[in-house]
Amino acid sequence: MSATDVGAALPRAKLEILPALAPVIVAAVAAPFIGSFSTFATLTLASLAMGMMIFTMASGLTLAFGMMDILNFGHGAFIALGAYVATVVILPLTAWADADSVGLNLAVFAAVLIGAAVVSGLLGYVFERVLIVPVYGQHLKQILITIGGSIVIEQLLYGLFGPAQIPISPPATFHGSFTFGEIAIEKYRALAFVVGFAVFLGQMLVLNRTRIGLLIRAGVENREMVEALGYRIDRLFVGVFMAGAALAGLGGAMWSFYRGQVQASMGGELLVTVFIVIIIGGLGSVGGCFVASILVALIANYAGFLVPKLALVSNILAMVVVLLWRPRGLYPVGGR
Amino acid sequence: MSETLTLQGVHTHIGRYHILQGVDFVAPAGRTTMLLGRNGAGKTTCLRTVMGLWRASQGAVRLGDKTLSSLAASEVARAGVAYVPETMAIFSDLSVKENLTLGAREGPIDDARLAWIFGFFPALKKFWLSRAGSLSGGQKQMVSIARAIIEPRRLLLIDEPTKGLAPAIIGNLIECLKEIKRGDVTILLVEQNFRVAREVGDLVRVMDNGRIIHEGEMAELAADQALQNRLLGLSLDSHQ
Repeated sequence: MSATDVGAALPRAKLEILPALAPVIVAAVAAPFIGSFSTFATLTLASLAMGMMIFTMASGLTLAFGMMDILNFGHGAFIALGAYVATVVILPLTAWADADSVGLNLAVFAAVLIGAAVVSGLLGYVFERVLIVPVYGQHLKQILITIGGSIVIEQLLYGLFGPAQIPISPPATFHGSFTFGEIAIEKYRALAFVVGFAVFLGQMLVLNRTRIGLLIRAGVENREMVEALGYRIDRLFVGVFMAGAALAGLGGAMWSFYRGQVQASMGGELLVTVFIVIIIGGLGSVGGCFVASILVALIANYAGFLVPKLALVSNILAMVVVLLWRPRGLYPVGGR
Repeated sequence: MSETLTLQGVHTHIGRYHILQGVDFVAPAGRTTMLLGRNGAGKTTCLRTVMGLWRASQGAVRLGDKTLSSLAASEVARAGVAYVPETMAIFSDLSVKENLTLGAREGPIDDARLAWIFGFFPALKKFWLSRAGSLSGGQKQMVSIARAIIEPRRLLLIDEPTKGLAPAIIGNLIECLKEIKRGDVTILLVEQNFRVAREVGDLVRVMDNGRIIHEGEMAELAADQALQNRLLGLSLDSHQ
């Protein structure tokens, strides 16, 4: 057998469709129990919007963890900061937000998202340089210092904005619902889905069509080898961490409109869901994170409707089941 | 242009373990130097220390006039050093093309260079767009070596390229290494397989307990069974 012949025995790459179908399977299983089609459709479409927002918040964290094994328990602070920035940006633009103009409303929404992403991204830079760099490779210290950092940021937010919840609502165009027969889709949820899906497509484009994306994918799999090929992975990681923080801020802003209120503790509350999503998806896998976000949102909404008492633990149960099926998550990154 | 690699009194600690205990040797420019020794002698640590993946606690590593021992791995690589680790360390989720694209740090892959590589690794052409993780062990080794030489380098560090490969594939790999040798590159090659060492190596350095215990011509060691037994505790004949 020659070096060329060995290729004849090349195993066919498995088509990993089943994990991607997990949300479909969950929906199919839940549908008969829900009974009414319109209720099922409304719950499912709401879950897609919720899933996109969770994905936006979680995708940066999974890349950061995948590349540098950084356990960032402070990620929730970026989410909360993004939400507060939304309240700050929208305040002087209230007239535009309330105007009967789709263009002005969209401009306000875009300004809010950009503001939240930029401020959270900048905080992410400071957070990485000041808190993360000294504890590279030391997981216990990472947990302690990132939790400490998030507490400091949360308390600063309380100090700046007060302890009360701040009400916030999306621009006027996105109030109300579209109705198709008996199916109702909140306009804001439709917008959140579009934005979240655009974020996903953008990430896939960067990861699969650019050299930076190639380096990120390689770094997630084997950062040492990327270094040995002559690339400064620590610099790349700063960029990924900032982008992750920016996306968390963007997701936090979107979530604040979705919930209609902002409070400093929201980041910590969402962090549990975010961690569940990146574990289910496979650490470091953006595609896995996308599927897991939808899966978690579907299960949360179906459980909330069918068995409200189980709603709080439904995501943890989902994680247990997925990990029993695929111990490294839905789409594990090679070598991890 | 190839350069001479010089190690002077190199010590490396990994945690509380003192692995390299004053390594001194020269790998001359344009020659292939074999680094032999028993398991645990410190060969892989030596390569990783040269590459900057582990920091020398004492001593100096130089490539030509440039001191490598104070540099990070990425800077060592940019100084013209390529590394083929024992584990191959291919990016299994990336395609063969993407693996080699990462190796081509200076820009797009040079077509002539790629054609040269395809000449001795034709399987890579066949599986150019395949996911590297789906390749066989031999093909993964080809990807790892091809990634290291996709651009001309001054020094090539290769760690046990034949480990775990079938004998027929090893034969091909020997031919490939001989072809790579014809280029102007200094090679430091760790190898347990004496057939490979004898056929590919110009010079030999033998390590034991973190030190160099023998330096000479590879042909001399291959011809002296008593020396092999003394240095390596093994007869070369048993590894043909």
